[in-house]
Amino acid sequence: MTITISLTINGRHIKHTVDPALLLVDFLRENCQLTGTHVGCDTSQCGACTVLFDDQAIKACTLFAAQADGASIVTIEGLAQDDELHPMQKAFQAHHGLQCGFCTPGMVLTAIDIARTHGAPDDATIRRELEGNLCRCTGYQNIVKAVSAGARAMSKD
Amino acid sequence: MYPFVYHKATSVEDARKAFADADDAAFLAGGMTLVPTMKQRLAMPSDLVDLNAIASMRGVTVDGDILTIGAMTTHHQVATSSIVQKFAPGLAGLAGTIGDRAVRYRGTLGGSIANNDPAADYPGAVLALSATIVTDRREIAGDDFFTGMFETALDEGELITAVRFAKPIKGAYAKFPNPASRYAIAGVFVAELGDGVRVAVTGAAPTVFRVPAMESALARNFSPEALEGIGVDEQDLNTDIHASAAYRAHLVSVMAGRAVHAALEEGSQSGV
Repeated sequence: MTITISLTINGRHIKHTVDPALLLVDFLRENCQLTGTHVGCDTSQCGACTVLFDDQAIKACTLFAAQADGASIVTIEGLAQDDELHPMQKAFQAHHGLQCGFCTPGMVLTAIDIARTHGAPDDATIRRELEGNLCRCTGYQNIVKAVSAGARAMSKD
Repeated sequence: MYPFVYHKATSVEDARKAFADADDAAFLAGGMTLVPTMKQRLAMPSDLVDLNAIASMRGVTVDGDILTIGAMTTHHQVATSSIVQKFAPGLAGLAGTIGDRAVRYRGTLGGSIANNDPAADYPGAVLALSATIVTDRREIAGDDFFTGMFETALDEGELITAVRFAKPIKGAYAKFPNPASRYAIAGVFVAELGDGVRVAVTGAAPTVFRVPAMESALARNFSPEALEGIGVDEQDLNTDIHASAAYRAHLVSVMAGRAVHAALEEGSQSGV
């Protein structure tokens, strides 16, 4: 059995035929070549696969591609406008909110969702809202700084 | 993952039919438990009946002293609903502590209680707020719904469509979360209703349970002090890699006290 889905990814409308058991994260990586969405744990815990699904930061490893029919998805590749990085990406760069970078795409997308929800959140709010995104390198200090700065930059735009 | 046939149901009737026509179907609500379980091959349904497009199963309404929440309403929607926050702040607070942000966007009330994970949060609210489970074929009293670990009173193919909660005079939920999963190691929902006090414990035992001794003590005197010396028997509690039964018994008393304290503070949320 295959299913035809039609959805918007990073502003581009696409139509594709998928197997029901294909996970959204595998669809993005294998079928759309959008490999910025990472697979960290594959057990819904680490958040490396986070994408914006109709503006909500969700884990693409816990959703079937078939369920994305009609949805609008934004991955890390869809954030920069031309050569200009998204304010949240700039903040992660400026505050060195990463070390190996594996968790970063998911962190950035969750951070954008946090900023849209909370405006200019305090550090406690940022830490609480980042619970679903794990980083094994940084100890989170610079990630929290980056999210805080990125959220403030976004609220100015 | 084993292959399966996918159905996108557009109505309750449509979902019932797809389920009935399949060999070994499962309903797909938020999928926050089912999808990981299928990846591990612990679940291998022949067919998945996706409920996400059934609009009638989502939403929050109040009629007098009854709050009705559609089974497909997400934890995020419950946590951020101004209706729920006003009707039962403890319930909105509970929903806001489930899993993490991404889980709350997808996970649903109906999916949570149908799964009846011993560490899930919502079963505590169902017992404490004297809820009624509405299905596609009948209504089930919350007190009769949770029958054992991962077991409920639901029949094969029976679909929860909504849950009705009683309005608490006051009430709050306090939990000690597992720091990794945010599941409750012990969670206690305390609610004063028109006809008495209810104390429901989740996370600590194979299934959610009430504590009559705490309920009668709080009915006489709704204060944390009233709970002094009243505990639960560790014989009935779980021991696992996260916590021993004795530790859970201790946590139940502490969380019950915190929940009462929070309930006494207007507009309080959970004690996490």
